[in-house]
Amino acid sequence: MRPLIAWLSIGAFVAVATAFLVAPTLMLAIQSIYGDDGLTLEYILSMGEYRYRVAFENSLLLSLGSATVGVVAGGLIAHAVLKPSAPRWLRSVVTSFSAVAANFAGVPLAFAFISTLGSLGLLTQWLKGLGFDIYAAGFSLYSISGLTLTYSYFQIPLMLIIITPAIEALRPSWREAAENLGASGGQYWRMIGLPVLMPSLLSGWILLFGSAFSAYATAYALTSGNIGLVTTEISNVLSGNVMASPQTGAALSVGMIVVMVGVLALSSVLARRAARWMPQR
Amino acid sequence: MNRMGIIGWLVLPLAAIYFIVPLVMTLAFSLWQGGSSYGFASYRVLMGRPQLPSSLLLSTELAGATALMLVVLLLPAMIFMNLYAPKLRPLFEFIAALPFVVPAIALVAGLTALFTGPEWLLGSPFYLVIPYFFLALPYAYRSLDVGLGALDLTTLTEAGQSLGATMGQIIRFVVLPNLRSALVGSLLLTLAVVIGEFTFANVLLFRTFAVFMNQIGQHEATEAAALVMVSFLITWGAMLGVLVVGRGCSPVGGGH
Repeated sequence: MRPLIAWLSIGAFVAVATAFLVAPTLMLAIQSIYGDDGLTLEYILSMGEYRYRVAFENSLLLSLGSATVGVVAGGLIAHAVLKPSAPRWLRSVVTSFSAVAANFAGVPLAFAFISTLGSLGLLTQWLKGLGFDIYAAGFSLYSISGLTLTYSYFQIPLMLIIITPAIEALRPSWREAAENLGASGGQYWRMIGLPVLMPSLLSGWILLFGSAFSAYATAYALTSGNIGLVTTEISNVLSGNVMASPQTGAALSVGMIVVMVGVLALSSVLARRAARWMPQR
Repeated sequence: MNRMGIIGWLVLPLAAIYFIVPLVMTLAFSLWQGGSSYGFASYRVLMGRPQLPSSLLLSTELAGATALMLVVLLLPAMIFMNLYAPKLRPLFEFIAALPFVVPAIALVAGLTALFTGPEWLLGSPFYLVIPYFFLALPYAYRSLDVGLGALDLTTLTEAGQSLGATMGQIIRFVVLPNLRSALVGSLLLTLAVVIGEFTFANVLLFRTFAVFMNQIGQHEATEAAALVMVSFLITWGAMLGVLVVGRGCSPVGGGH
């Protein structure tokens, strides 16, 4: 028996997703190649202009950097906290704090860092009082490295949450077997631990890359759009802050989608390679 | 002690400093009243602003409406898909993965390009509920999928029907109670994500909590710091709820 209501609710969900998710995406693709006089590659090619090239470079650099910091730091923290010798209270503090910090992003995160490390931030002023002027030393919160530092605040906890189940699944007996055969700690990690974790590390890295690449609120509140990122360039077009046609915004959006699809495709190839040693299902 | 252990114990204090210092500094900054005087002045000014309750109320209403949309639109579709049309699973997976590939700012560009009316929909802040639904979709889908995967829906339904229950009764008394923790977990996560959401609201020019916070931050730095502390407490409360209710499901949201 397949009641009508079942098909109605499945149909409603698919219809809403088609109208407000799939159709707008297709619309972007169409808009990016249609000019005032029909088909044109003008807008796609304009992505090579200095302004947009820099925006893509900045976004990629920031996403690669903060995702890598997140994977390395998140992985190391998770490993240290999940060790059997680590105190249990530490583990629950880190777990619950990660849940909060991973979701503490956007405008409030940007302001927290401005209050701390902005040019008038408390830590900046305090260090200056101690005779160490970080802004004179070349640091700026409103730069790609400043943004990377800020993004890490949600990237590291995000990685912790993703990688914890995988690290918990590492069996102590593997380690004991390796030690019995005379492997050092480094050898165990290089030959057993990391290969086993590799698929999870990769998928975590992808998720982190995506969250940084599509982040808009944090960058906007932090830099007021002074640093060209793809997301802020799109919002500049949408809000009419720059002289650019809607088609340019569409082309930028299509560019973002292409990067995301490319990264996902690459990761699924790598993940398959990384999982080659596993028993095939 | 092995090598990674030493590295780990070097990393932990550094991480603690990195994560605690901004919070302490922001708290101190929010209490700063100029010179060397500290107090609750910025909190008092903040509480006096009429936009604070109105924007917070709007964001809460949007979060509630988004949660309602998840319950009304996504949940039944997922239950019935699992029950009657498992062949549609790849389509559902595709839809649920799409918001990850199409960044929020790209989706808002697409929506603006595609829809120019009707005014009653586009002019109302509740228009935001549609993109927020997709923002929450990947996480809600995954958590409900895990919850549904743990149930043998066909057997439960047949057992219910042989006892004379209608489909509505089976869903209400058998399926929903079993999905409670997955559902509550994703609803609280939705709450945290929607209350802090900035991208859609800012581009579409609605005055939500995050937009209000950004506006304050352009002029009143200490008040903005006070708002950060308020927002941190809201996130903390929502996540505490997720951890208490939905043990086992990972609380990771979107909207960075």
